[in-house]
Amino acid sequence: MHIIDVNSQILKENSRIAEENRKLFDEKGLYVVNIMSAPGAGKTSVLEATIKKIKDDYKISVIEGDLQTSIDADRIGALNISSYQIVTGTVCHLDARMIHNALHEFQQDGNDILFIENVGNLVCPADFELGEKLKVMVFSIVEGAEKPKKYPVMFHAVDVVLLNKIDLAPYSDIDIELLKKNVLEINPTATIFPVSCSTGEGIEEWVNWFKKKVNEDKNRNK
Amino acid sequence: MHEVGIAQSILEIVEKEAAKNNATVVKKVKLIVGEFTGIVKEALEFALEIVKKNTIAENAEFEIEIVKLKTHCKHCNREFTNNKQAGFLCPECNGILSIVAGKELNIEYIDVD
Ligand SMILES: Nc1nc2c(ncn2[C@@H]2O[C@H](COP(=O)(O)OP(=O)(O)OP(=O)(O)O)[C@@H](O)[C@H]2O)c(=O)[nH]1
Ligand SMILES: [Mg+2]
Ligand SMILES: [Zn+2]
Repeated sequence: MHIIDVNSQILKENSRIAEENRKLFDEKGLYVVNIMSAPGAGKTSVLEATIKKIKDDYKISVIEGDLQTSIDADRIGALNISSYQIVTGTVCHLDARMIHNALHEFQQDGNDILFIENVGNLVCPADFELGEKLKVMVFSIVEGAEKPKKYPVMFHAVDVVLLNKIDLAPYSDIDIELLKKNVLEINPTATIFPVSCSTGEGIEEWVNWFKKKVNEDKNRNK
Repeated sequence: MHEVGIAQSILEIVEKEAAKNNATVVKKVKLIVGEFTGIVKEALEFALEIVKKNTIAENAEFEIEIVKLKTHCKHCNREFTNNKQAGFLCPECNGILSIVAGKELNIEYIDVD
């Protein structure tokens, strides 16, 4: 009998493929965004609202990850934006290999932005790098101000937190300032935008910030 | 529930390492899991029980060591063993804390015959 020192990261294969994806995205000058949230927080709604504002300025496509159905991909298709559905079956997150495989079929030549809508899940997607440039979390404010502390891993992993459904604030007892404070305690460098996909409130501010990020990245890669 | 996928990745690595070392049986696998990951220990144990069937690690014991979240402040150079809810602002100087431990998802060693 003997001990073999393995000292290996369990997710090293995912990290390796994510790194390959990242290289490919950089070569193509593609700005890739990973959008994560609990089920129903409003990822697809945020995509729809965002794409409507920027689709004349950028060539955009969308990868949709869902346990079942292509409903979300069809919603994106209705905006005349090309979309690709990954049906994960029982897997509760997208991983780098799924994205890598999708890119064999889903051509990105000449595109500017690729949005990836992750599977609706507040825990698992945060453990898996995809090779993205920007991680966006959508959080529905009615879920409660304490959630950043209860589910800190995703809140800590992202660059941007969109506090969605603020139109519902008057109907709930949510304290948005406390929610913001809790997000910033878990992630002091997070950029936060309160938005409503229903009324459009806050979307302009978020989209302007996002366009600036994309353009900065484009200039860097020139 | 991505513990099943994680368990599969663990078994893949274990089988590869065992084969490389011409082992016939894996008796123990030592895992290091940070508490600041999406992994729940009990769910991972349960997934490993299922995934290890019909592999070289079928009868192996899987020991999971949980690593507490530990943070460091660049500004005042202090280290903290946070609880997960405590946040990432330095309680001494309000600087931003970075994670030095608690994100691990590692296989430390395997014990084979
Ligand atoms: N009141 C209100 N409802 C919203 C808002 N944004 C989204 N919704 C609603 O919330 C529900 C879920 O929105 P989706 O955009 O499908 O959420 P999702 O995160 O993509 O959902 P999954 O992909 O299934 O996880 C829908 O009924 C939306 O109409 C908002 O700002 N205000
Ligand atoms: Mg959706
Ligand atoms: Zn400090």
